[in-house]
Amino acid sequence: MKSSRWTEWTWGKAVPWVLPVALLVAWQTAVETGWLSSRVLPAPTAVMAAAWHLGSSGELWQHLSISFGRAVAGFAIGGSIGFLLGLVNGVFRPAERLLDTSIQMIRNIPHLAMIPLVILWFGIGEEAKVFLVALGVLFPIYVNTWHGIRNVDAGLLEMGRVYGLGPWALFWRIWLPGALPAILVGVRYALGIMWLTLIVAETIAADRGIGYLAMNAREFMQTDVVVFSILLYALFGKLADSIARFLESRLLRWNVNYQHRP
Amino acid sequence: MGAGQGAELVFVQVAKRFGAQSVLSGIDLTVKRGEFIAIIGRSGCGKSTLLRLAAGLEEPTSGIIQLDGEPLQGINTKARVMFQDARLLPWRRVIDNVGLGLKGNWREQAAKALEQVGLAERANEWPSVLSGGQRQRVALARALISQPQVLLLDEPLGALDALTRIDMQRLIERLWQEQHFTALLVTHDVDEAVMLADRVVLIENGTCAFDWPVRLPRPRQRGDAAFADLVEAILRRILGPESERGAIAASSFGEKRRAL
Repeated sequence: MKSSRWTEWTWGKAVPWVLPVALLVAWQTAVETGWLSSRVLPAPTAVMAAAWHLGSSGELWQHLSISFGRAVAGFAIGGSIGFLLGLVNGVFRPAERLLDTSIQMIRNIPHLAMIPLVILWFGIGEEAKVFLVALGVLFPIYVNTWHGIRNVDAGLLEMGRVYGLGPWALFWRIWLPGALPAILVGVRYALGIMWLTLIVAETIAADRGIGYLAMNAREFMQTDVVVFSILLYALFGKLADSIARFLESRLLRWNVNYQHRP
Repeated sequence: MGAGQGAELVFVQVAKRFGAQSVLSGIDLTVKRGEFIAIIGRSGCGKSTLLRLAAGLEEPTSGIIQLDGEPLQGINTKARVMFQDARLLPWRRVIDNVGLGLKGNWREQAAKALEQVGLAERANEWPSVLSGGQRQRVALARALISQPQVLLLDEPLGALDALTRIDMQRLIERLWQEQHFTALLVTHDVDEAVMLADRVVLIENGTCAFDWPVRLPRPRQRGDAAFADLVEAILRRILGPESERGAIAASSFGEKRRAL
């Protein structure tokens, strides 16, 4: 306790972690004293051991890269389609009249309800997961892109026309940057849906991937592996969110709402 | 660059209606090369519409607008507009806003234009950190960098405080004298109109109702008796024949009291 400022700083940094650490300690103690059966919940140390084991055998990386690949492919496909549809419908009213009703109808079907049909179509191969993820991320990106484009300041567009910008320049200088804050909200939301979809799809029908790892472990009562798989999803989710935040703070530097963010 | 760069702008029987509502009905107005004209009128008289017609943002319902003898079609590429709000792109830095739409090596030019409006050192800031007056100065630099033949000003100083406004008026006058563009200023501020314009045109009932030449030497002084007389005469004409001097004073006094 050299200065009060230093203690304030450490206190500020430490506070968010007090509860998780306390929980971990309680959890470990509960398992060790036998109060909590390791069948129900293995000790944190056991989970770590499982992680180490999976990591060193190389099995983990195989499942990880498979899941990661599915997530990225699905996001890229669904995200691009959603973005393009949002763009076209946002800029051109006739396109919106033609397409929006259909899109809204499909949007309101929970995409996970499609799983039986998707399995019938694609079996349990890669296409099924990628398709589901793409379907899941398409709509948040579509809706937010459309919304962002619609809310671009008409005064700025008018100014751009008076200042001699052609359609292409109008798009790059005004439409797109104007819609970007909303688009990034969509991206962030879509990243969450991406993981959710992947977890469900992999858990129900898969022969590789993190979800498969968890389901397989369940059959052999390996609770530690199951818990570790769940933690992996949490980690990935957090990572995706951090990337989205980073993109926001990079791309929206001009926006006062995104400046000085801790 | 150089003298005599402004374009001539002629309105011939220009009318504009939006649906059933007639905003302008038969405007005849000639703006000579390099002339500075102020358009005044009560709010809703169609003065901004006139400016938008000159910019090519609206098309006249009937009549023609000629630019150096050629009928205007589509966006007026010889003109630049300053809007009431600066309309800077918030996601581009100040200097990139000034160089908007320019091709080639414009950075040096943009820096020079910013220097002209006294904002050289703010070139790399985001527009959001500038004050209202500074934003309008950036907008002015952006308007003038391409050496337009016509500058259309749509109440650009309306939202500024009194002191900033006087600064901006001086700046606009100076740059107009240097660059010789044709200027069309829409304003509701009679003081400002008399301060800047060669001619003050009143729009009433959709037509050019009155036209005052301003023969005062520049730079003009607000305290000047001739200046005050002209402002007074214009105000009296706008407010209608029944309003005498006392009525004007009373109304402005009343407004002040309400503000208090």
